[in-house]
Amino acid sequence: MKSCLIVDDSRVVRMVARKILVDLGFHTVEAEDGRKALDICLKTLPDAVLLDWNMPVMNGIEFLRELRKLEGGDQPKVVFCTTENDLAHIQEAMSAGADEYIMKPFDAEIIQSKFTQVGLI
Amino acid sequence: MKPEDFDLLSKLVRERSGLVLTPDKSYLLESRLMPVARKVGVKALDDLVVRLRGKADASLERLIVDAMTTNETLFFRDTKPFEQLRRLILPGFLERRAAKKHIRIWCAAASTGQEPYSLAMCIKEEADKLKGWRVEIVGTDINIEVIERAKAGVYSQFEVQRGLPIQMLVKYFKQIDGDKWQLGNEIREMVKYSEFNLLADMKPLGQFDIVFCRNVLIYFDQPTKSKVLDRIADQLAEDGTLYLGGAETVLGVTDRFEPVPGERGLYRPVKKK
Repeated sequence: MKSCLIVDDSRVVRMVARKILVDLGFHTVEAEDGRKALDICLKTLPDAVLLDWNMPVMNGIEFLRELRKLEGGDQPKVVFCTTENDLAHIQEAMSAGADEYIMKPFDAEIIQSKFTQVGLI
Repeated sequence: MKPEDFDLLSKLVRERSGLVLTPDKSYLLESRLMPVARKVGVKALDDLVVRLRGKADASLERLIVDAMTTNETLFFRDTKPFEQLRRLILPGFLERRAAKKHIRIWCAAASTGQEPYSLAMCIKEEADKLKGWRVEIVGTDINIEVIERAKAGVYSQFEVQRGLPIQMLVKYFKQIDGDKWQLGNEIREMVKYSEFNLLADMKPLGQFDIVFCRNVLIYFDQPTKSKVLDRIADQLAEDGTLYLGGAETVLGVTDRFEPVPGERGLYRPVKKK
């Protein structure tokens, strides 16, 4: 079973994403900010990260840059999932090493489509 | 819905488009035609049928047929057909058409443009191999409204996130009005759209090397499927390729095509003896 770390400061978003990802066959772990997500990754790297942008303590892009510096940190597929829906943010995310990008609001179909794109499904 | 109203509507749709509506699909008529009813200023489907039974009204008939033939689609639908195109089909034509340097592709049910534009992006990605080549993509649909949408190449945030890799969005689209995205001219100009009914004479469309006719035949009855496939066979080059949807087949429908071994959804014309 593949694992997905859901990183979002909204409990509701995490809950919705968890439901979708569990239905898609993923084991999920959750973090409410980038710092906590990084702590999880320092112990065990997930197969995938669904990542919000704007979060307290450490935001999504800072987390991504730190993740990619870790040993094996280039392995998890990172899919941004954010309300930042402009081209500049998308390009910044891709440059920082994101594999895919979801513009909120999302639904199960979009998550499935994006996770398929990056070979997670 | 009254059985006689269902019969009238399904007959109209069938005669104009080939689309077969069985009585268990009456819910589809109701959900698709309520917006039409509102558009023409009547409150209920019964009133719409009364108007239809009245004096001949070509524009109302058109609205009804269009509403029933609008089908949802997405970019790079099913993924595999586009992978087959790049891995198998295009390299074959690059070899066999090396002298002519010309390939014609037909999307027979272009809908709002996602399939022909996915093809155009695929072709664009192979630009290095196609220098000096002319690749024509013709997108047709029976529904004039979706053709107009396809030409504009404007998609919602939801639509561009279904099937389209983010790299392609960044590369080929520009953001307009916040949550709308428009394909750039270089891709839009690669596709020529026109209104076309698959029941009509296909000869004016000319000959094609590749035909995409996916998820259309499922709506036709058996004789119509046979007729459409036989006519497509007439328009397809001897070494051409036909793409059908995953739930469609030529087996038992026509003997003009045979499956390409090991390649689901791909068919080639049977060589004449």
